[in-house]
Amino acid sequence: MGKFEVNLKINDLPVTIEEGTTILDAAQKLNFRIPTLCHHPDLCVAGNCRVCVVEQTGAKTLPAACATPVAEGMEIFTNSAKVRQARKHVVELLLSEHKSECTSCYKNGKCELQELAIEYRISEDTFLKLVEEKGYTIDDLSPAIIKDDSKCIRCQRCVRTCTQIQSISALAVINKGDEQKIATFLDKPMHSVVCTNCGQCVSHCPTGALVEKNYIDQVWDVINDPNLHVVVQTAPAVRIGLGEELELSPGDRVTGKMVAALRRLGFNSVLDTDFSADLTIMEEGTELLTRLKKALVDKDESVKLPMTTSCSPGWIKFIEHKYPEYLDNVSTCKSPQQMFGALAKTFYAEKKGLKAEKVVSVSIMPCTAKKYEADRPEMRDSGYKDVDYVLTTRELAAMVRQAGMDFSALENENYDSIMGKSTGAAVIFGSTGGVMEAALRTAYEIVTGREVPFENLNIMPVRGLKGVKEAKVKIENVKPEWGFLEGVELSCAIAHGLANAKILMDKVKAGEADYHFIEIMACPGGCLGGGGQPMPVSDKIRQKRMDAIYQEDESLEFRKSHENAEVQAIYKEFLGEPLGHKSHELLHTTYKKRKKY
Amino acid sequence: MTDVKELIQGKIKTFGNNRTALMPILQAIVEDKNHLDEEDMIEVADALDISTADVYGTATFYTFLDTIPRGKYVIRVCKTISCHMAGKDEIFDTLKDVLKIKEGETTPDKKFTLLIANCMGWCHKGPVMLVNDDIYTELTKEKVIDIINEYQEK
Ligand code: SF4
Ligand code: SF4
Ligand code: SF4
Ligand code: FES
Ligand code: FES
Repeated sequence: MGKFEVNLKINDLPVTIEEGTTILDAAQKLNFRIPTLCHHPDLCVAGNCRVCVVEQTGAKTLPAACATPVAEGMEIFTNSAKVRQARKHVVELLLSEHKSECTSCYKNGKCELQELAIEYRISEDTFLKLVEEKGYTIDDLSPAIIKDDSKCIRCQRCVRTCTQIQSISALAVINKGDEQKIATFLDKPMHSVVCTNCGQCVSHCPTGALVEKNYIDQVWDVINDPNLHVVVQTAPAVRIGLGEELELSPGDRVTGKMVAALRRLGFNSVLDTDFSADLTIMEEGTELLTRLKKALVDKDESVKLPMTTSCSPGWIKFIEHKYPEYLDNVSTCKSPQQMFGALAKTFYAEKKGLKAEKVVSVSIMPCTAKKYEADRPEMRDSGYKDVDYVLTTRELAAMVRQAGMDFSALENENYDSIMGKSTGAAVIFGSTGGVMEAALRTAYEIVTGREVPFENLNIMPVRGLKGVKEAKVKIENVKPEWGFLEGVELSCAIAHGLANAKILMDKVKAGEADYHFIEIMACPGGCLGGGGQPMPVSDKIRQKRMDAIYQEDESLEFRKSHENAEVQAIYKEFLGEPLGHKSHELLHTTYKKRKKY
Repeated sequence: MTDVKELIQGKIKTFGNNRTALMPILQAIVEDKNHLDEEDMIEVADALDISTADVYGTATFYTFLDTIPRGKYVIRVCKTISCHMAGKDEIFDTLKDVLKIKEGETTPDKKFTLLIANCMGWCHKGPVMLVNDDIYTELTKEKVIDIINEYQEK
């Protein structure tokens, strides 16, 4: 059915646009920028901040552009004196309740409220300053996220994010009128409620009210300590995101520049989470095949299928709270970050002749939940905290800026050895569907001795931004030892964003699915859309990052995890075999049931 | 007091187990036990499959859905402009004096809680106060003392 079109005028220019779109969309089409605060392309309309007001001929009040649908014959002015005055008042009113301390605010320079204050040249307190009366509080008890109510403008982007994208609603609007605020259940600290630390609320917050807990100074300290050996690992999605924070564009691949920058920052060894992502595939792929054998051949009832992935710590916390009866379905593999950490203070330290207590392991992640994961008591299998500090992509960019580097001018450099080599299969971990694809590339080959039957190894059905994806791979002409898999159609499902994870898990729970293997990432788009990635974010930007990830994969010589020479070497020299004794000790973990709320 | 679970299930029978049942359920619990505690809100969230933060958000939006324990009789004095001009300050001071508590507090015998509220639609007969669901209008110092005495006897 064709959509109806509507003709209107904005600032005297005619524009034709689909019915059902908003004045904001129409203005964008003509390249008129209307400021917004509560509006976000990922989220439903809220219309509560009123900073997007415009003038409409014939209307008594100023409509909010983000919340008003276009209509035939409308005449809109986006920059009249009335409009400018109204917007200025909106910003001034917000500031009257706002603890404006930009110079000491973590969001300084990256804050949408600050930008508006600059744009409207707010120079004095027009309205009574109410901050002192407010009794604002700061919750900095979580290892991942800081919530500072004195910086909150109650736009509710966080609330809508946690509800719409994550289906959790850990945050809600409480009280009303001048006491209205954003809070958890009973206003408890975020770390003590059902929050997954995914950081999506952080990457959707326009101000400094929700930010990651940053460990920049701590990392500088260890770098500057000559007695310590600081290793750094970089997650797959950082290399396609970091550029955005450093004046490059979404989709720019900056792997080599990032390595160069890390080396210049002073890390003793620049290594790659992609190495341990390949390792994860060896362990998880073997685990899947073992589970299939136990379930299909030995009829072992204690073995649970479908098996789900375990590399997203936001997903892990979600299932621990919401579907604890399925914890046995979760792969026991640690995430690549934690596999790397456990090896850094054992295998790596030994090989380099270092004392484990002198090794500090830092990771650069697109994720805030990884900060929480590194803090979990289970993550100390090396005898030390396996990962000492987790920085987000945004924090790394801040360090690069502090160091005064011209990032875009850096020459590409290569990762150090050992634990620096990786394959294309590891790179795609950064995208939704990537772990599935990487696992299939390896598992299929183990079982049949042949490459996966997809053109150029690209398993297209598992790719893309669709919320829930399904794929079936028929296994044929298997090697003799995998006879039980002959003719089996491996049934896979993928979800990203916890609202989609919920849809998938409810399907499993209702017995409506026959999946063998499920990949779930807590964030929309997978890690490339993680809560620690550059802002702003939208599906358009996620798509560009995703394209970059698959380009990176195709650009690499090796694209299957089992072809990683360093992974092969670590099994020979240290681990023995996948799921072997050493692996169990260092690379696998357990989960625990948590309360539902 | 009825068992909260039963109470919720009863309301769900009438209103269904979706979000629209939230208000009637919360009202019923408050009617039954004067306030909503943590466990109650968890039960409600569980029964309707919504988040506890949402339940808490709704409860704190409505003045009459208390989330802190209250006395047997909750007194709410209107603070809005008409009642203010009609002399609500004297009424409030009298109540504080008689009950020996401040705003938001509950008497040690858990009989009275003293709160301030917004307009109740009785502006033409201010100053007014509510004691639970009963409205008292055109209050004077003496009238307030009598009313409290009556409730003391109950
Ligand atoms: S939140 Fe924004 S406006 Fe407020 S202090 Fe921080 S940078 Fe400044
Ligand atoms: S915490 Fe941030 S996103 Fe949430 S309401 Fe406040 S300003 Fe908006
Ligand atoms: S971190 Fe994630 S789960 Fe926690 S409040 Fe924010 S969006 Fe919700
Ligand atoms: S952006 Fe339109 S009302 Fe907030
Ligand atoms: S002002 Fe008190 S009832 Fe309206």
